Amino acid sequence: MTQSHRTTEPEHRKPTTATAMRLIVPLQGVVQGRGGLILGSLIPCALFYFLQFYLKRHRSPNPPSPSASSSNLAGLPRTSSRSTLSSRGSLGPVRISARGSSIAKPDDSPYYIGWNKFRDDPYDKINNPNGIIQLGLAENTLCLDLIEKWVSENLSDSIMGRDGDDLSISGITTYQPFDGMMELKVAMAGFMSQVLGQAVSFDPSQIVLTAGATPAVEILCFCLADHGNALLVPSPYYPGFDRDIRFRTGVELIPVHCRSTDNFAFSITALDQAFNQARKRGVKVRGILICNPANPVGNIIPRETLYELLDFAREKNIHVISDEIYGGSIFGNEEFVSMAEILEAEEVDKDRVHIIYGLSKDLSLPGFRTGVIYSYNESVLAAAKKLTRFCSISAPTQRLLISMLSDTKFIQEYLETNKRRIKKLYDSFVAGLKQLGIRCSESSAGLYCWADMSGLIPSYSEKGELELWDKLLNIAKINVTPGSACHCIEPGWFRCCFTSLTHEDIPLVIERIQKVAETCK
Amino acid sequence: MAIEIEQPSVSVGLSKVAVSETHGEDSPYFAGWKAYDENPYEESTNPSGVIQMGLAENQVSFDLLEEYLEQQPEASTWGKGAPGFRENALFQDYHGLKSFRQAMASFMEQIRGGRAKFDLNRIVVTAGATAANELLTFILADPGDALLVPTPYYPGFDRDLRWRTGIKIVPIHCDSSNNFQITPQALEAAYKEAESKDVRVRGVLITNPSNPLGATIQRSVLEELLDFATRKNIHLVSDEIYSGSAFSSSEFVSIAEILEARQYKDSERVHIVYSLSKDLGLPGFRVGTIYSYNDKVVTTARRMSSFTLISSQTQYLLASMLSNKKFTENYIKTNRERLQKRYQMIIEGLRSAGIECLKGNAGLFCWMNLSPLLEEQTREGELALWDSMLHEVKLNISPGSSCHCSEPGFVLNSPCSFNFHAAGMIVVVTVLVHI
Repeated sequence: MTQSHRTTEPEHRKPTTATAMRLIVPLQGVVQGRGGLILGSLIPCALFYFLQFYLKRHRSPNPPSPSASSSNLAGLPRTSSRSTLSSRGSLGPVRISARGSSIAKPDDSPYYIGWNKFRDDPYDKINNPNGIIQLGLAENTLCLDLIEKWVSENLSDSIMGRDGDDLSISGITTYQPFDGMMELKVAMAGFMSQVLGQAVSFDPSQIVLTAGATPAVEILCFCLADHGNALLVPSPYYPGFDRDIRFRTGVELIPVHCRSTDNFAFSITALDQAFNQARKRGVKVRGILICNPANPVGNIIPRETLYELLDFAREKNIHVISDEIYGGSIFGNEEFVSMAEILEAEEVDKDRVHIIYGLSKDLSLPGFRTGVIYSYNESVLAAAKKLTRFCSISAPTQRLLISMLSDTKFIQEYLETNKRRIKKLYDSFVAGLKQLGIRCSESSAGLYCWADMSGLIPSYSEKGELELWDKLLNIAKINVTPGSACHCIEPGWFRCCFTSLTHEDIPLVIERIQKVAETCK
Repeated sequence: MAIEIEQPSVSVGLSKVAVSETHGEDSPYFAGWKAYDENPYEESTNPSGVIQMGLAENQVSFDLLEEYLEQQPEASTWGKGAPGFRENALFQDYHGLKSFRQAMASFMEQIRGGRAKFDLNRIVVTAGATAANELLTFILADPGDALLVPTPYYPGFDRDLRWRTGIKIVPIHCDSSNNFQITPQALEAAYKEAESKDVRVRGVLITNPSNPLGATIQRSVLEELLDFATRKNIHLVSDEIYSGSAFSSSEFVSIAEILEARQYKDSERVHIVYSLSKDLGLPGFRVGTIYSYNDKVVTTARRMSSFTLISSQTQYLLASMLSNKKFTENYIKTNRERLQKRYQMIIEGLRSAGIECLKGNAGLFCWMNLSPLLEEQTREGELALWDSMLHEVKLNISPGSSCHCSEPGFVLNSPCSFNFHAAGMIVVVTVLVHI
């Protein structure tokens, strides 16, 4: 299965595109002159679309995707009882929207296929030692013991709350402000400040809380761009952005490719080129989305580059969204500078900068759904606040977090221990890969490493990369994320998340990769 | 700490969605809330504050919840030493916690007196019914399409169904001549209206029991709705958020029952929305669900629910609570009784003040006919009355016009959102009489 960088094109359309191109070029040559050029493009385009139409009508309908729901309907007849429907004439099944249809297609991205396979056959040291080891989900379990301890010592007070001497839940059952309780905003501001080692102080009134960073990114997108506009994003980038930005907003993501020779750092020149190319296509770029520390590479954007980025944004009068969700997961020696620090120090144009944050990575609480939009733009804050009615954080969880985040002593211990443990595991894992001749890019943050396995792929292409990915998943039984799923322009790179492993797991992982590596040489 | 924001000469632009008025917060519905927020009534400390009767919040059975949590602390703390905590904290699967879905399915069955079955694999979790309705709309309709909604309807729909989705609402006009019931003629008229404007209708969205009417939809009307949707090959969304707040279980008929009776023929066009915000009085928990009979919709909704998942902690707590049959049976029964009692009290009080209400049998509110009090039988007249209610009498109730009611003078009154006692009731009635 080949994949273009735009993952939405279904496979069967590829040969048609090639055929169409073969028609267009000679036709354009045949028909001369200005009007002719237009006709020369129109006719093959028309032919192309008719061919598509013909193919669509005569293609057999997709079988329903093998979702969990179809396997266990407990007495309910399958809704695809098409026999009943077709007997009533040509109405056909009731249709869902175009948006819905594109999302309903079976997930053909390795990112999701790997996850599904893992779910069906997860590695367990004792019960399933030959199962799939998950290295495709950036999840950090290294310090959950600390949180467990805190919870068992502190929790009942925090949920029930204390109303004098009586336990009471009245504060959490009723309607709360959709954008989060003020107490949690205050606690969150304090936490974000602690994460940055007190380099910045955050204003709670500029915080909007959401059920996870996923809706935070989508809300910002809805606020800053219209349907058909675009955001520039340095690539390789987090595969989830394709969903967060493009699913429902209709906003395009334009990758700005970075290269290994620069250690995947982005340049303003490349951004400028991408901006101009978009403009030529008639697409309006409304902003730049960066992830700092970066995912999947794990590098940190230097202070200078952040300044240049802001200058560029000001020059083009566009927004900057800085996703800093890994801000507390830094294990290297490089200095992490948050956008907030730059803005606090300088007299720069703050209206265009928005920061995303959340507790899923730095505090290992992805299940609790806690995300943050931090903006300096009053209008954006006003609109975002209203949109949180669709994605508010559950009140009991807010209570728990207020309590936990306010325990600054615990948080300090947690943040420090977390960094140490990530570094230890990183060093061990990267050393293991090195022994196999697999080099990783320079990174100082994140829950993953960015490994160059191009030496192992059969052909230096996306196809080759996916063949290796397939072997790693089905033979080595480790789920890693191939660079093409992250829109990386150089084939052979893989993101390996290691923070849900123990030290004992690492030799096992390396051994499994080695087995596959040997067959590739 | 206030931060000065420098206003540049050429400001960076925002999207149409951001600057649109479709959030609807400039309507009387929200203005009343703001007035309450700024000056809330409190029996002892602020007796002249605004009394909130514009928010359908159920506090009548709050004590039952408190009692449950006190007696079952493991539900909210993962047990001693928090053994289940780790797994729960990491759980972000958009399928939703299985035990929670199971408990939700069985709770929904209990509410319907066992007259309908729910499959836990057709449940999609969302952070509230607000999110569920928006999500369904994204899936069932494209920008520019329309949903038909019977009037009067919940003012929040204007925002929830239209804002980010870009769809239109075409009203199905209902009036007092037949107690605001939906008629086949009204359905056809609405569909034709959309057609005449070249707008494609993708579905009908009903609320059953109805907000703001506070009445259940009759079986025959539900059958007609399903037939209509089938004939036009469109969807039918049934928001049953008040199903547990019907005063008597037997008077509420769910669309699920109709489908079962038809052996699920044509069911792939039906989707049910539910939530614990009203029936269980837990709006702060943000718990909503979509129950769809359409596989594709279930798959798509599940994926889209990534934008609106329920905290795993809350799912865990509720899985425990809702699977405790003893608790749920008692709660549902007691809640119905108390709601009915509260409803009777206010109806009688209003009647003695000469104000008639629509005969209701569900919900947390009543639909009052204040047209005799209007200076002029127009929308302006109604808004003038609403205004004096809010600012002079300090009573926040919602005017019918914000619910798109075509007849002026009907007003939504939600008496379950604070602790009423007899004296408070008398205050309300006296106040209304003096207008």
